[in-house]
Amino acid sequence: MSQDIATIRVTRYRPEKDGKPFFQDYKVPYRKDMVVLDALNYIKANLDGTLTYRWSCRMGVCGSCGANVDGVPKLTCASFLHEFKGRTIKVEPLTHFSVIKDLVVNMDDFMHKLVEIKPWIIKEKESPPEEGEYRQSAEELERYAQFSSCINCMLCYSACPVYGLNEKFLGPAAIALAYRYIEDSRDEGKDVRFPIVHELEGVWECTLVGECSVVCPKGVDPMLAIQKTKILGATNALKSLVMPRGGK
Amino acid sequence: MIIGGGAAGLRAAIAAAELDPKLDVAIVSKVYPMRSHTVSAEGGMAAVLRTDYDNFDLHAYDTIKGSDFLADQDAVEFFVKEAPKESIRLEHWGCPFSRDPDGRISVRAFGGMSVKRTLFATDKIGFHLLHTLFQTSLKFENIHRYDEWFTTSILVDNGRVDGVTAIDIRSGELASFLAKAVVIATGGCGRIYQFTTNGWIKTGDGMAMAYRAGVPLKDMEMVQYHPTLLPNTGILITEAARGEGGHLLNKDGERFLKKYVPNKMELGPRDILSRAEMTEIKEGRAFEGPYGSYVHLDLTHLGAGTIEAKLPFVKELAERYLGIDPVHEMIPVRPGQHYMMGGVHTDIHGYTGLPGLYAAGEMACVSMNGANRLGSNSLTECLVFGAEAGIGAAQYAARQGSPNFGNPVQGLALEEEKRIYDRVLKSERGEKISTIRAEMQKTMEEHVGIYRDENSLKQACGLIGDLKQRMKNAVVEDKDRVYNTDLVSALELDFMLDVAETIAYAALARKESRGAHARTDYPKRDDAQFLKHLVVYETETVPRIDTMPVSITRWKPEARVY
Repeated sequence: MSQDIATIRVTRYRPEKDGKPFFQDYKVPYRKDMVVLDALNYIKANLDGTLTYRWSCRMGVCGSCGANVDGVPKLTCASFLHEFKGRTIKVEPLTHFSVIKDLVVNMDDFMHKLVEIKPWIIKEKESPPEEGEYRQSAEELERYAQFSSCINCMLCYSACPVYGLNEKFLGPAAIALAYRYIEDSRDEGKDVRFPIVHELEGVWECTLVGECSVVCPKGVDPMLAIQKTKILGATNALKSLVMPRGGK
Repeated sequence: MIIGGGAAGLRAAIAAAELDPKLDVAIVSKVYPMRSHTVSAEGGMAAVLRTDYDNFDLHAYDTIKGSDFLADQDAVEFFVKEAPKESIRLEHWGCPFSRDPDGRISVRAFGGMSVKRTLFATDKIGFHLLHTLFQTSLKFENIHRYDEWFTTSILVDNGRVDGVTAIDIRSGELASFLAKAVVIATGGCGRIYQFTTNGWIKTGDGMAMAYRAGVPLKDMEMVQYHPTLLPNTGILITEAARGEGGHLLNKDGERFLKKYVPNKMELGPRDILSRAEMTEIKEGRAFEGPYGSYVHLDLTHLGAGTIEAKLPFVKELAERYLGIDPVHEMIPVRPGQHYMMGGVHTDIHGYTGLPGLYAAGEMACVSMNGANRLGSNSLTECLVFGAEAGIGAAQYAARQGSPNFGNPVQGLALEEEKRIYDRVLKSERGEKISTIRAEMQKTMEEHVGIYRDENSLKQACGLIGDLKQRMKNAVVEDKDRVYNTDLVSALELDFMLDVAETIAYAALARKESRGAHARTDYPKRDDAQFLKHLVVYETETVPRIDTMPVSITRWKPEARVY
C-alpha cells in the first residue's frame, strides 16, 4: 500500500524537566487507514519512547485516548491521518484540564462529579433476583438509552466554554448521566438527584452553546439532557407552587 | 484488596463490600475502572432466563461440549445455576438491556448455544455492564479506589498473602499495600500476540504475578481465536452479527461452513469456525488484501432495521474503520487471538490454594471453559466467579489478623523497589522495549497460533527463553518518575514473557488436539492420555508441567460434532 508522511506536532510537557509545555514534531509514515493514535504509537515504539498518552481499546469505546486534534477534541483512535493530508497535525492535551505529562490530563474533577450525581439505581428496596427482572418497555428504554452511552472520554468538557470559565459547573457528561438515571423507569431517586442537577452550578449554568453534543463521539446529546432537566425542574417547581404535596 | 477494575474485579468488590460493610475494600487498577477491557465485549451474556424452553442442564451441556470436555463439570453446574441470579442483579443495578415487547430482557442466539439464551444490550453489553458495575460500586462508602496504580508483585510471607506492591503511575512512587486478602482480576494477555482483539492493557499482569508467587497456571495452551476480526486493526466484529443471521462467505460466495459444521453453520463454536477459515485461506478460497487473506461476513440480507437496532456498534466500527456500510456491503474478516481459556488455577470459589489469594475472570481458570469457551459465557463468568472470589476473600479477611509490615514483607518490598528503579529503569545499554515486544508477538503468532506442532513449539520455547534474557538489559527511554508509561510497558512486557513461556511449554506438552489447541502432528483428541488439566509452575529454569484431574459429574466425554 502506498505510504505518505505525516508531520505530527505534539505538545510535550514533562514536569520533572521542563518549565513550560513545548511542541515537538515527528515524521510518521502512514497508510490510508491509520489514525492519529497509530501515529502516536509509531512514535512511541520507533522514535521517542518518552512520549506519554493514554490509550487502550483503539475501537472508540474505552474513552482513554481523547486529545485536541487540530484544535478539536477528538478520540485519537477515531481521527484519520489522511484527513489532514499536507498539513501538520497538531495533537494537544484536552483543554480545561490540568496536564500531568504530555497528553495525559488530570481527570480528578470529573471522577468527583460522577459520584456527586449518584449514578446508580436508587430504590427503596431491591427485589430479590429470584423474582426476575424489572420489566421495562422499549419506549421506557428509549427515554434514557442514548444518555447511557457516555464513555466518559471528557471531550465534552474540553469543548464546553462554560466549564472553561467555571470548573464548578457539573458539566455535560455528568448531567447527561444524571438525566439517564432520572429517566430510567427503574429508578426512584429523582428527589435526591433533582437538587444536585438544579443547584447553583448545575443545569442553569449552561448557556446552550451545544458544543458538547457536537464533539461527542458516541452520539450522546448532553445539551438535550440539560434542556430536558431544566424543563422537568421548572415543571416540578410550578407544581409545588400550585398543588398540594408538589403534585406528586 | 482487589487488583483490577473490570467486570470480575468490580463484582468482587461489590460482593465483599455488601457482605461486610465494616470491611475496607480497595480496588487497585492500572487504568480508571471504566477503561477496563470488559468495555469492548459486544455480543451478550449467557444465562438461563427462559425456562419455557431452556434449562440448566442444557446450558451446562452446551458449555461442556463447547469446552471439548476439558471443563470441570462441577464448576459448570455451579456457574449455570448462579448465572440467572447474577444477570438479574445486573439488571436491577441499571444495565440497559435490550427488551422484548413484554418488557422482559431480550435473548439472542450465539455460537455453540443450542437455544437463545444470550442477554444483550444492543451490541455493547461489555460497555454497559462495565459502566453499570462501576457506577454501582460508587455507592459503597467502604470501597476505596486506587486508579492508575500498577501492581507489580504479590507479597507472600510464610505461605500466605500479605498484600501487594504497586506503583502510583501519576507520581511514579512504589508503595506496599498490606491486605488480609487479595483478589486478582486483571483479565487476559492478548497483547502477547500480534493480531488480537485485546486492548493495549491486556498484558497478563495478574497471571504472571500469581505464577511468580508460586500459584500454578492452568490450561494455558488453550488460546481462543475469534473468527471475525477486521483484517487491518484486529477490531472485533461480534458473534452477535452471526447470532442475528449473518453469513460467512468465501471468495466464491459460498457459505463454506456447510463443509465443517453443517448443523450449526455460522453458530458453530469459535475454535472450529476459526480453523474453517484457515482451511479456506490455505486452500485458496479466500480473498487477498493488503493485510493478508480474509473471508466475508455478510449482513446485507438482515436489512437496515435489524442492523441499526441490534448491531449499531458493528455498523459504527465497519463504517469508521473500513469505510464500509454493512447494510449494503460485506465486511472482510479473519481470525485472531481473542481470549484465554487458561489462567490462574482456582477452585469453584475463586480460591487459588495460596492462603489469602483469590482470582476471577479471564485471568482465572476455574475451569468452566476447558479447551474452548462459548461466546457470551465470559461476562457471566466474571459476575458469578467475581462474586464468589469477593465473598471468599471477605470471609477469609474476617478471620485474619492484620499483616505486619515487618520482615520478610518489608524485605520483599525493598527488593521490588530495587528491581524496578535500580535495574529496569536505570538500564542504559540494551534493546528497546518495543523491539523485544514485537519479537515476542511475532513468535507467538507464528509458532503458537491456531495450528501448532512439535517443531514450532520447541522453537517458540527457545525464542521466548532468549527474549527473557534480552529483556534483562532492555532500556526504558523515559527516566522520569511522573506518569512513566515506558516503565509500565517494560514491567508489562516482563510479565508477558513469563506468560508467553507458559503457553508455549503447555502447548508443547499437550500432544493431542482438543478445542482451541490444534496440533498438526497430533490431530486427534486423546482422552486416554490428556483428559486432564495441564498446570504450569515457575522454577529457576524452565516451567515445570504437572497435571490435575478434570471433574466429570454427569456428562461423559463424547465425540464433539456439530
